[in-house]
Amino acid sequence: MSYVKPKFRHPRLPSNRLGFTVADYDGAISTLCAGCGHDSISAAIRTACFESSLPPHRIAKVSGIGCSSKMPTYFLGKSHGFNSVHGRMPSVATGASLANRDLTYVGVSGDGDTASIGMGQFVHLVRRNVNMTYIVANNGCYGLTKGQDSATADLGSVSKYGDVNGFEGIDLASLAILQGASFVARSFSGDKEQLVPLIRAAMAHNGFAFIDVVSPCVTFNNHNGSTKSYEETRAHLDAMPLDFVPMREEIKAQYDEGTSKSVTLHDGSVIHLKKAVSGHETDDRQAALNTIQDANKQNRVLTGLLFLDPNSQNLNTNLELATRPLNELGKDELCPGSKVLKSINEGLR
Amino acid sequence: MKQIKGINDFVVKFANVNGTGSASANHLFAKAIFRMGIPVSPRNIFPSNIQGLPTWYEVRVSKNGYLGRRGGVDLMVCVNPQSMEKDIASVEPGGYFLYDSTKPLANHMKRDDITIIGIPLTEMCMKEFPVPRLQQLLKNVVYVGALAALLDIDFGVLKGLLNDQFKGKEKLISSNVHALEMGYQYATENYQCPLPIRLEKGGNVAPHILETPHILMNGNTAAALGAIYGGATVAAWYPITPSTSVVDAFAKYAKRLRIDAGSGKKNYAIVQAEDELAAMGMVVGAGWNGARAFTATSGPGVSLMSEFLGLAYFAEIPVVLINVQRSGPSTGMPTRSQQSDVLACAYASHGDTKQVLLFPATPQECFEMTVQAFDLSERLQTPVIMMSDLDLGMNDWMSPPLEWDDTYEMDRGKVLDAEGLDNAEKWGRYLDVDGDGICYRTLPGTHPDKGAFFTRGSSKNEMAVYSESGDDYVQNVDRLLRKFETAKSYVPEPKTHPPIEVKKPKTKLRLGALFFGTSASPSYEAVEILADEGYPIDTMRIRAFPFHENIDQFIHEHDMVFVIEQNRDGQMRQLIMNECQIAPTKMTSVLNYSGTPITARDIANQIRQSLDTKSAKVVPLHKETA
Ligand SMILES: Cc1ncc(C[n+]2csc(CCOP(=O)(O)OP(=O)(O)O)c2C)c(N)n1
Ligand code: SF4
Ligand SMILES: [Mg+2]
Repeated sequence: MSYVKPKFRHPRLPSNRLGFTVADYDGAISTLCAGCGHDSISAAIRTACFESSLPPHRIAKVSGIGCSSKMPTYFLGKSHGFNSVHGRMPSVATGASLANRDLTYVGVSGDGDTASIGMGQFVHLVRRNVNMTYIVANNGCYGLTKGQDSATADLGSVSKYGDVNGFEGIDLASLAILQGASFVARSFSGDKEQLVPLIRAAMAHNGFAFIDVVSPCVTFNNHNGSTKSYEETRAHLDAMPLDFVPMREEIKAQYDEGTSKSVTLHDGSVIHLKKAVSGHETDDRQAALNTIQDANKQNRVLTGLLFLDPNSQNLNTNLELATRPLNELGKDELCPGSKVLKSINEGLR
Repeated sequence: MKQIKGINDFVVKFANVNGTGSASANHLFAKAIFRMGIPVSPRNIFPSNIQGLPTWYEVRVSKNGYLGRRGGVDLMVCVNPQSMEKDIASVEPGGYFLYDSTKPLANHMKRDDITIIGIPLTEMCMKEFPVPRLQQLLKNVVYVGALAALLDIDFGVLKGLLNDQFKGKEKLISSNVHALEMGYQYATENYQCPLPIRLEKGGNVAPHILETPHILMNGNTAAALGAIYGGATVAAWYPITPSTSVVDAFAKYAKRLRIDAGSGKKNYAIVQAEDELAAMGMVVGAGWNGARAFTATSGPGVSLMSEFLGLAYFAEIPVVLINVQRSGPSTGMPTRSQQSDVLACAYASHGDTKQVLLFPATPQECFEMTVQAFDLSERLQTPVIMMSDLDLGMNDWMSPPLEWDDTYEMDRGKVLDAEGLDNAEKWGRYLDVDGDGICYRTLPGTHPDKGAFFTRGSSKNEMAVYSESGDDYVQNVDRLLRKFETAKSYVPEPKTHPPIEVKKPKTKLRLGALFFGTSASPSYEAVEILADEGYPIDTMRIRAFPFHENIDQFIHEHDMVFVIEQNRDGQMRQLIMNECQIAPTKMTSVLNYSGTPITARDIANQIRQSLDTKSAKVVPLHKETA
C-alpha cells in the first residue's frame, strides 16, 4: 500500500471551477507495492481531472489486466470503471464510446497488456481514432505475474533474475505515430510537472490520445541493468516541459518566441511547448519519428508531446454517428413499426 | 419402368460448378414455384471455394408444406461432368435425369431404371449467343426453360421474375427470356411434357398454406431485421461463413431505416472488427454502457469470443450473440450445416458458467427470437446466444409473413436512473434486493455522486468492492445460479402438438421425440411417416436453455424418447442429462452429422431400427407405475 488517504480534509482545500476539491477525484486506497510508479500516474490523472474541472461522473475508466490495469480503482471513485480482459480493453473502450459519445474515456493499460497480448487491439484502436485517452504504465515487465520481461523491455536490459534480454524492444510511441495516432506523448511517472499537463491535453484532444509513461516496477524491475528503473530513467531523460492551457484560462506566463511553440486544440485550448527539442516538429510524423530515433541512438528517453494532429477526425465522425448518444435512443427512434414490416414482407414475395 | 409420379410433391437437385452463374438460375426456378403458391424449400449445398468446385442446389416441393429435407432425389439436373457419375447414381429408381447432352452420356453411367433427358445446353448456347460469357450464363437459364415445360411451371411467373430481377436492363431481360424459350421449346419438341412429376397451381396444396400469403426469406436476413426491430444500435463483427450475411443485411436495412431525420446521420454503428476477440469486446463495452449491441459469428469465432462471454456472464453485462452454426474448425466444412456448438455455447467459458440459449427453427423465429434476445439479455443482464445454423441462416425458407406488434416496449431490465438512485434506500450493484438473482445496475454518467462502481469479473462483494473472500465468491456465483433459475420463466417455452391419431398402434410403448432448430421440420415429417406405419410418437420442440420444467416432465411421461439432432455426440441429449433428473437410457440419439441437413427418411429409418432392436428391452412406463 503506497499512500494512505488522509481522513481529515482541510476545509479550505482549493476547489476547481465546478466547486470540486481534489478529494472529489480520489479513488480507493491503492494496493500496489509502495513506491510503484503506477501510483504516481493515478495521482497525476486525479490532479489532471481536477485541474481541468471535469465532472467525475462523466468520465468512464477502462482497463485490461495487470498491476497497471488495477489503477482505475485508485482514482476517480465517482466514475464508473471496467477492469476487463487481458489485452482487450481497446475493444471494450471502442464499444463503450460508440454507445455514449458524450462521456470522457480514460483507458489504462500496461506494457504486457498493450504490447503483447493486446497488440492487435491496440493497433486497431489507434487506426480507428477512438475518442479517448490511452495511458500505458510501462515498466518493461509483467508486474502482476512476477516480473517476466515484457515486449517493451529494451534490448540488453537485465531482468531481476539476471537474464539479459536478447530481443528488440517495441516502442509503442513510435508505433502509434506510424499507425496514424493523432496525439502521441511520452512521460515518466516521476515527472508530475510534465505528466499532468500532458494528461489534461490528452483528455481535451478530439480523437485518440496516447501517452506512454515509463513507470518503474520497484519490486521486479528497479535495479541496475534495468533500463526502466527510476535511476536509469532519470539519468537519461530528455524532457520537453510543456504547459496546457484550457480555453477558459488565460495564458499567464510569457514565453520566449524562439524556444516555444503553441498548438491550439479543437476546443480552443492551447498546448504550449516551452522548449522545442531541436529539429522536432509536433505535426510532422516523419520528423517526430526521426527525433525519437535520434534520442534512442544517444541512449536518451525522449519525453513530452511527440506528435499532434489537432484537426483529427474521431471514430464517431468517421462513422457519421448522429449527435445523440446511441444509448439514449428508444423505441421511437429505433423501431420502424408494423407498417414498414408489411412493406418488407411485400418485397419478399 | 415404373416412373415416379406426384403432383406438387418431389425433390429436384441441381448439380453445378460454382462460380458459373447457376445460383441465380436455380433461384429463379425455386422462386417461380414459390410464386405459384406451392410450398418449396431450396437448399444450397456448396463448397468453401469461390470458383470451379462442385456445388448442389436441392429443391424440395411439398404440398403439405414440409420444408426440411425429405431424402432422395426424384429429378437430377446435372450440368457438372465432375460429379456426374455420383449424381446419376443417386437418383431414386423411377426418377429422372436431365443433363447437358452436348457430350453424350458415358456408357458406364447409363441406367435403365430411370428416365434420361438429354438437352444439348452448351451446343444450343454456342449457336445462339455470340459472347462467351453469355453462353456460359444462359446455359443455366435454358435448363430452367426446359424444366418449365417438363414440370409445368407458369411461364408468365418466370418472365415476371426476370423483369423484377433485371429492372431497367431491357437487353438482359430479352436474352434471358429467349434462353428460357429455347429450353422450353427443346423439351416440348423432344420429350413428353409434362413429366409424371409436375406442379399444379393451387391443386392439392394444404389449405392452411394457401390461406396465408407467405414470404420467402433466409434466417440471417430475418435475424438482422430482428436486430433492427429489437433496437440494436451497435454491431461489431468479423466475417465468417455462414454468419456474414446477418450483419450485411443489418447494414442494408439500417441504412434505410435508421437514419436520424434531422441530420441525416446514423442512429447506429457498425464496426468490422480486427477479429472475434475484438468484436465481442466491443459488444461487451457497448452493453456495459447501455446500448443494445450484438455480434454474429460461427464456430471458430465462438471459440475466440469465449473469454469475453465468461466475463460478461460474471460481470453481468447484456450481450447478444447470433451463432450461425457450421461444421467444425476453419479447415473443417465451413459451408456445411450442423448443430454442433450446443455444449460449447451452453457452458461457454471458464469457471462455472451457464449461458442462455435460444433455438429458432424458422426465419420467423429468427426474427422474433433476436428481438427477444435483446430483451432477455437486458432483463437477465447476461449474454444470450441465438443458435441458428447454416441451413436456416443461408437458405431461403417459405414462411408466414413477419409480424410486429406496435405496442411492443423494449424491456431494459433493472437499470436505475438518477432519480432511482436518489430514491433507493441502499444500493449495491450485486445486492439481490428482489430475491430473483437479478440486481440493479447503473450506467456510466448517470449521477454525480451515486451509483458509480468498478466492473470486474468475480473478485468482488455485493457492493462491488474488490474482494477475494471465498464467502463473497460463493455468495455471488450462487446468486448467478438463482438468476439462471429465474431465466426459466422468461425464455420461450418448448412447443408441443396434439398427438397424431394412430388407428392400430404396433407398440404399447409411449414414444416421444425431442428436437430443436432445423431438425424440427424433418422430425415432424418423420413422425407422420411413422404414424402411418403404426408408431405413435409425441413431439416436443426445445426452444431455449435453461430448460423449462415441462421438458423434464415430457421425458418422464414417455418410455422411450428420441433426441434428434445434428452432431456426433448427441450434445442436446448430454445437456439434458446434465441439467435434468433423467436416466440416460431413456433417451436414444437420432443423429446426422454429415454436414448436409438431416432428412425425414433418415430420421424415420433410425427410429424404426431402434424400435426393432430396443423395444423388447424397454419396460413401458404405465406398466411400471400400475
Ligand atoms: C488471457 C490471460 N492470460 C494471462 C493472464 C495473466 N496475466 C495477468 S497480468 C499479466 C501481465 C501484465 O503485465 P502488464 O500489462 O505489463 O502489467 P503490469 O502488471 O506490469 O503493470 C498476465 C500475463 C491473464 N490475466 N489473462
Ligand atoms: S509488482 Fe511492480 S508493477 Fe506491480 S504493483 Fe508492485 S511495483 Fe507496481
Ligand atoms: Mg508491465
